[in-house]
Amino acid sequence: MNILVCVKRVPDPAENEIEINSDGSDIEREDLVYSVNEWDNYAVEEAIQIRDQHGGSVTVVSVGEEESEEILRREMAMGADQGILVSDDAFEGADGRGIATILKAVAENGDYDLILTGAQSDEGAAQIGGMLAAMLNQPYASLVNEIQVQGGTKLEVGREIEGGNQEVSEIELPCVLSIQSGINEPRYVGIRGIRKVSGVEIPEKEASDLGLSEDQVGEKAARVKRVDYFHPEMGEGAEILEGGTEEVAEKLVELLKSKGGMK
Amino acid sequence: MSRQIFAYIEHTDGAVEDSAFELIKVAEGIDSQAQVTALLFGSGQELEDACQHAASIYPQVWKVDKQEHSYPNAELIRPQLVNLVPSDAVVLTPFDTFGMDLTPGLAIKLDSAHVSDIVGLDGVDGDTLKAVRQEHGGQVHTHVHCDISGGAVLSVRGGVFPAAEAGQEGAVTDKTADAGEAQAGRTFKEIREAEVGEVDITKEDILVSIGRGIEEEDNVEIAQELAEAMGGVVSCSRPVVDAKWMEKSRQVGTSGMTVKPKIYLAMGISGSFQHMGGVKGNPFIVAVNKNANAPIFQVAHVGVVEDMLEFAPVLTEKIQEMK
Repeated sequence: MNILVCVKRVPDPAENEIEINSDGSDIEREDLVYSVNEWDNYAVEEAIQIRDQHGGSVTVVSVGEEESEEILRREMAMGADQGILVSDDAFEGADGRGIATILKAVAENGDYDLILTGAQSDEGAAQIGGMLAAMLNQPYASLVNEIQVQGGTKLEVGREIEGGNQEVSEIELPCVLSIQSGINEPRYVGIRGIRKVSGVEIPEKEASDLGLSEDQVGEKAARVKRVDYFHPEMGEGAEILEGGTEEVAEKLVELLKSKGGMK
Repeated sequence: MSRQIFAYIEHTDGAVEDSAFELIKVAEGIDSQAQVTALLFGSGQELEDACQHAASIYPQVWKVDKQEHSYPNAELIRPQLVNLVPSDAVVLTPFDTFGMDLTPGLAIKLDSAHVSDIVGLDGVDGDTLKAVRQEHGGQVHTHVHCDISGGAVLSVRGGVFPAAEAGQEGAVTDKTADAGEAQAGRTFKEIREAEVGEVDITKEDILVSIGRGIEEEDNVEIAQELAEAMGGVVSCSRPVVDAKWMEKSRQVGTSGMTVKPKIYLAMGISGSFQHMGGVKGNPFIVAVNKNANAPIFQVAHVGVVEDMLEFAPVLTEKIQEMK
């Protein structure tokens, strides 16, 4: 099975506190630690496991700035066979539909039986996989937390739904799935692994290589635009306990006692 | 001419979900003059009952009644919505596991704009819808402008907008014939229920809940000691289960368990809406997080801005001393 996995380079949620810059036009990008979007990493691991059991290949693709090559290389160190970097100033300001349009062109340039995305990324829109499937006229399932290959024509997939329940369906290939975190245990990638693939060439594609124009995918085409970032005026929020650690702990114990938080 | 707005209504056992009461408020926020139509897919008496319920909230209710909709499959429903809904209409859905399945593809098929997980609305200016979203796990908010001249598919976070009162006497119209035949490459087979663990966190009064801030598996013990000192048990947020450090049955959130404790001590939990969606019953919430911007501090009653790994052992000690 030939599998295409779409991955994105994002600020690592475990490593960063996100701040907004002075005019609200962006988040503070300086000193941010980036990594591959967590959900995408689960998708790559899943693809590698399917390939190892059933044959085929795993291609990782990222739409983004040149730095996205780092995460492609990381996912290749995990075991993906090849990477494709799609980067062009023309993509600036693209909305979800724009990104999906670019990925559609990538998908049509190859021959893939299965396309995986992460269920969501830093923007939390959870939309690229579903859009891509619709553009390709392929079936789609979101929030997939289990995949069983059934012959060469279909999969059994589990979707994580409310209450921790799992919705099980059969889906025909080729199809697009968005992968929920926790579906597997992504393998560890060490420095040595990354060094091994450091020499591998990762082809870079521009809009013209994919037959795309700026007014199809860039800011002009975007019907959805982020105007600014902000922190809303909140209600009172939490009463923050001030003082040294011991002092704060003592205050908290008194509070917990008064609220019945001690048996 | 006023805009046509449709609200996709989820229902179980003949009653509409809470989102039905919220989506009509969202529709009114977009256009107070709009004709708002509730859309329900389902089958038989269950659907009929749900439609009657929806008609107490919406002036107009459309139903599509087919055996295969007794369990909702977004892949089957999407092409029928494309047949039913004018392409320049605004379609509203809840941002939940069904909405996520349905809406991105629906926006493409209707050639409409798509905005998901809307948490606020600043009205409509001409053809520009002004919405509020969150990014980076709720750490920042964004203003989003959406061109709805060619229609829009909008999914809305639950519990954010006020709920309407029932009081309408809407008309129910059977649109089954207009919906057309639909086939999907995805067939629903079954629901596998979540497993119940040894400890039932839904029945506990005191929960020490841990998140990403626990950092590694060995540190779970720190939380266990604290929970023991308090007479409670340890629950957790999604990243801890994803990392396989705790059982799924310990996970609090919309995709895990719904808990109703008296005390909820959130340690190293950022407080995403998916997580807080599983905390009910208005407990006393204490948040310990080293990130002062973590959204958990907006919902907690009391906050401590410290690394939980350093704070928890001190707290445990103090509890043992002062109990």
